[in-house]
Amino acid sequence: MSRIELKAVRKDFGNLGVINGVDLDILDGGFTVFVGPSGCGKSTLLRLIAGLEDLTSGQVLIDGRDVTELGPAQRELAMVFQSYALYPHMSVRNNIGFPLKMAKQPEDMIEAKVRKAAETLNLTAYLDRRPGQLSGGQRQRVAIGRAIVREPKAFLFDEPLSNLDAALRVQMRLEIMQLHKSLGATMVYVTHDQVEAMTMADRIVVLNQGRIEQVGSPLELYDHPKTLFVAGFIGSPKMNFISGSVAARYGAATIGIRPEHIQLGVSDGGFTGTIRIAEHLGSDTFIHAESPELGSITVRATGNIEASPGTALALGFEPSRVHRFDAQGVALK
Amino acid sequence: MARQTSPQRKLIVTLIAWIIGILMFWPILWTILTSFKTEQDAVLMPQLFSTGWTFENFGIVQERSDYLRFAMNSVILAFGSTLLGLVFAIPAAWSMAFSPSKRTKDTLLWMLSTKMMPPVGALLPIYLIFKDYHWIDQHIPVLVIMFMLNLPLVIWMLFTYFKEIPVDILEASRMDGAGVWQELTRVLAPMALPGIASTFLLNVILAWNEAFWTLKLTDVHAAPLTVFIASYSSPEGLFWAKLSAASTMAIAPILILGWFSQKQLVRGLTFGAVK
Repeated sequence: MSRIELKAVRKDFGNLGVINGVDLDILDGGFTVFVGPSGCGKSTLLRLIAGLEDLTSGQVLIDGRDVTELGPAQRELAMVFQSYALYPHMSVRNNIGFPLKMAKQPEDMIEAKVRKAAETLNLTAYLDRRPGQLSGGQRQRVAIGRAIVREPKAFLFDEPLSNLDAALRVQMRLEIMQLHKSLGATMVYVTHDQVEAMTMADRIVVLNQGRIEQVGSPLELYDHPKTLFVAGFIGSPKMNFISGSVAARYGAATIGIRPEHIQLGVSDGGFTGTIRIAEHLGSDTFIHAESPELGSITVRATGNIEASPGTALALGFEPSRVHRFDAQGVALK
Repeated sequence: MARQTSPQRKLIVTLIAWIIGILMFWPILWTILTSFKTEQDAVLMPQLFSTGWTFENFGIVQERSDYLRFAMNSVILAFGSTLLGLVFAIPAAWSMAFSPSKRTKDTLLWMLSTKMMPPVGALLPIYLIFKDYHWIDQHIPVLVIMFMLNLPLVIWMLFTYFKEIPVDILEASRMDGAGVWQELTRVLAPMALPGIASTFLLNVILAWNEAFWTLKLTDVHAAPLTVFIASYSSPEGLFWAKLSAASTMAIAPILILGWFSQKQLVRGLTFGAVK
């Protein structure tokens, strides 16, 4: 368990600034998720914490100790990679035990710890297999096992579920959250998937172009996005953005309204539209409509709704649900 | 979707493959068969099989020239130049695969370009250097030439193998607390060994069969089996059976080595480095 602090962290690759001055406090025992579009620097930031990349400037502190100049192993962190990064020539047992062997722990202690980790992760039956003989989910569990046995100060996950299929991803997501609960360890998790971020995190750090856009709990980000970028990135389907005269009516350059906050069949004071396409998910219906006043707009309606293309719609929303942004894309109070 | 192959198509492809295979193997088969013929039978060209098989050619060849000395020189030159090549190529390919710079690609192409020049272009200066320093027919200088000859290819092959090792695994081992030495011995070496082995084998075969430089730069003392074969080709007119016997004796060791290491070799040859 430990607290990780980043102070004015910068990372340049050549002339290109990948991380442009990040200050962040990662709380002890929390589950922090870095999220952002590809190329936003989230993986680089994680690698800077891990010590796999050198900082251009700034400091990384773990439990108050400056580790900026320390190598990956001395930072006592464990990392789980997207590609699993298992040692292909070693059995599962040796893969999990490898960090302990490197730390020169006695054989019987290694065996006991490997056994315990394997039990936690349902890997006991596979201890003598090679990674090549395991499925994707099992491989990722081995990688997690290799991380747990070290009892690290914090766990770093670099898009660990991206290589798994959808069903397995949901299952592994739950397993990792369960693990976080039972170990009570500090975890930092990188993903480009905002659903993963929303479901797993205590705290989300939204990154864009090497800068932090906003830090907060999932619901804080959902309810009070500070910028247009965060508003558009968090939530699915994406928030509708409307500018022009409708926005001006709210005293903003742009207003945002989430698809789930648009009501259908509101006739007075509302807007009109025509259905372009409807996606039926069973539990929800996503209606993509064209409105003369609002432009292209997405509506999320609960349940399965009869909606055929070309049908006219009456739309409305409560003013309290409107997010207002100025011309720079910053939220207005 | 699997491609459908009709039985006729399969038959035709198999036939063509066999014909090409036999055509390619033909000179070797002819040589081996001829080595067991008498000189009289050997010159009867269209006749593939002999009426009286004999081992006497091998005896005569061994008697006339010391096969074992040539074979020993071949072993020294082929294995020596390859081992020396690996000593230089492993670190070179390593750094190019794992910490490439802006110039890595150009360096690799430049090294390959040295293979594009016909060797004869470098013959005169090298021969003169050898002559002036009294290096002709000396083991070490010839070994060094052969090492330099194949070095670009060795680096290329190793580079493509090392490229295949995911960097993530190395980083994982660093996170797991492996130092440089442990990273090398516990993680990298086991993963790189198959690639190094097939590079080694292929290069030994290339060096074993190298004839251009060995014929020019060696004579007796450091001469490998290529020189041994050549010595049967002309001085007393052409004696097909004896020449064949000498050739068979020269290629036998490397054929046997190739046979036993087939799996490694095929992997090496189909890996992308030397297609």
